[in-house]
Amino acid sequence: MSDHIPDSARPRTIVDKIWDEHLVAPGTDGAPDILAVDLHLVHEVTSPQAFDGLRDRGLRVRRPGQTLATVDHSIPTTDRSLPIADEIAAKQVSRLEQNCAEFGIPLHGIGSPHQGIVHVIGPELGLTQPGMTIVCGDSHTATHGAFGALAFGIGTTEVEHVLATQTLLQRRPKTFEVRVDGALHPGVTAKDIILSLLSRIGVGGGTGHVFEYGGSAIRGLGMEGRMTICNMSIEGGARAGLVAPDDTTFDYVAGKPHAPHGADWEAALERWRALPSDEDAVHDRTISFDAGELTPMVTYGTNPGMGFPITDRIPDPATMADANQRTSLEHALAYMALTPGEPILGKAIDVVFVGSCTNSRISDLREAARMLRGRRVADGVRMMVVPGSTEVKRQAEAEGLSTVFIEAGAEWREAGCSMCIAMNGDQLSPGQYSVSTSNRNFEGRQGKGGRTFLASPLTAVASAVTGRLSDPRTLL
Amino acid sequence: MNREPFSSVTSAAVPMPRNDIDTDQIIPARFLKTVNRAGLGDQLFFDWRYLPDGSPNPEFVINRPDMAGRAILVAGDNFGCGSSREHAPWALTAWGIRAVISSSFADIFRSNALKNGLLPVAVPPEELLRIASIIEAEPDAELTVDLEASELRLPDGSVISFTIDAFARRMILDGTDELGYLLAREPALDAYERAHPPRVSTLA
Repeated sequence: MSDHIPDSARPRTIVDKIWDEHLVAPGTDGAPDILAVDLHLVHEVTSPQAFDGLRDRGLRVRRPGQTLATVDHSIPTTDRSLPIADEIAAKQVSRLEQNCAEFGIPLHGIGSPHQGIVHVIGPELGLTQPGMTIVCGDSHTATHGAFGALAFGIGTTEVEHVLATQTLLQRRPKTFEVRVDGALHPGVTAKDIILSLLSRIGVGGGTGHVFEYGGSAIRGLGMEGRMTICNMSIEGGARAGLVAPDDTTFDYVAGKPHAPHGADWEAALERWRALPSDEDAVHDRTISFDAGELTPMVTYGTNPGMGFPITDRIPDPATMADANQRTSLEHALAYMALTPGEPILGKAIDVVFVGSCTNSRISDLREAARMLRGRRVADGVRMMVVPGSTEVKRQAEAEGLSTVFIEAGAEWREAGCSMCIAMNGDQLSPGQYSVSTSNRNFEGRQGKGGRTFLASPLTAVASAVTGRLSDPRTLL
Repeated sequence: MNREPFSSVTSAAVPMPRNDIDTDQIIPARFLKTVNRAGLGDQLFFDWRYLPDGSPNPEFVINRPDMAGRAILVAGDNFGCGSSREHAPWALTAWGIRAVISSSFADIFRSNALKNGLLPVAVPPEELLRIASIIEAEPDAELTVDLEASELRLPDGSVISFTIDAFARRMILDGTDELGYLLAREPALDAYERAHPPRVSTLA
């Protein structure tokens, strides 16, 4: 870890700049630094024990005005006017409501027009801004890094620390530069960029690091594409991933409900423009690749790094030199019931899920609707489209996207995490195959015995229409 | 919360020589609906542990009678990848595990484990293979994880040094916790807030 060298004396990465700005106290005698948290997002699953901890110690929440809660993981995506059928989930949701009321934390609960997946509503509300530190008891907090914020997931004990002190004990991470240059071909998306990165470095490749994404292909993405990429940083082992802010970022934030305005906006812009890494800043590791070489990706295995171009054939464990890797692949292929050497294209699928904090924003739904328009979901396939927030739902309906989904035979649901984590009844039956726009394909992730193919919204829709894993470029 | 001070554990090993054991396997998501911290030991590795009919899977290691009471898990590389759920170390410690030996740990899992006095002991990959062979040859032989000395002592008498974050190590040895440390530094928190107005207000 670097010593605390004065700011003027060394070139700094964006992570350094944010860290230095948020240093409450540098660690002494081997202790970690104390890092200030600008925004703490809270949801129902990882918070109850943290609030209990505050109560046990007689503590209050230090900064309710820098805390925001919503419900997303365990809530149903069906009619919200009905009570939650799952008693345990219902108790967890009502516990969050009680805790927020008791501690004075604003909550966008069931029925709020701003309820949604926590990493969708933060940016939507303009709470997520460049240069901030943002934490949440959820590993996909990395999503907010798309705005040039240092955003990472924390455990419940750390949630308690942030509630009590609005700070965390942290050590400065290393940085891993990811440069993606060139232009994406039609049918190839931000999701394919991140799946490609993960296939190159594996699920532990970024451990101990924070990714900084750059290059012309990244710059060419809109904010929602950048969010897709940053979201899955954690799948590569990196707790956080950032894209330095630029005009695309500023245009997105401008006018959002909590964005600064007037003189504050101009002051913010000046601060934000100074954030990108200094030209001669040094990253601990670097990788680069060409977006123009990418094709639609899909995962075949049981971790997000086990992915490949959709036109490839299932790899053969016998060709792997490392015994543990060979065993891992054997287990994965056995679980997925896939055979080495067979093509993955054409695999019959049962469920298509368009949703999750990775790909459930309005641009994802527009892309999905564009491909689905005039087509129907294949017989025998269940397609669920779950908007990332109640606001996204409202906008999709206003634009006629939901009509496209419904007329094609897909289910149009209320906002929540849904089948990404399968805590709420939206799940696969054992043995079912899904094509999912979510972020994890671990064994049982989408339901015990469920088999997940991770892919982009375009690949998911193409597969829904044919009933088989399909290359979206054939339906463009 | 303050815990009992902890300095070392001696136990035979629970062998799980699989890489990339993720937190969805350690504790499936449907068990995260609990509002409590306790009682997750029964749900540890649930979907590997039980057959579809609900009976224990006799082939899964922790169901073997000789594994009961063991406190050291020897896993493959990249243990604890995936989610930030602290329920993962809660389930492991509730079952009785006090230390996990691997060649690497996912960052969030490592941090969560340390907060709960569960020791993430990282050793070089070739040493992990050596440990795996020793325990395969002698399944009941005891290992010692000595946090005070930062040493792993093996049945063959060999010793492997390991590194645990110095601050976390002190907290675990003393049985103190980080929240107390942070609260003791309130003047620094106050000073920071005076100098840095909040960027957003969720109450506005």
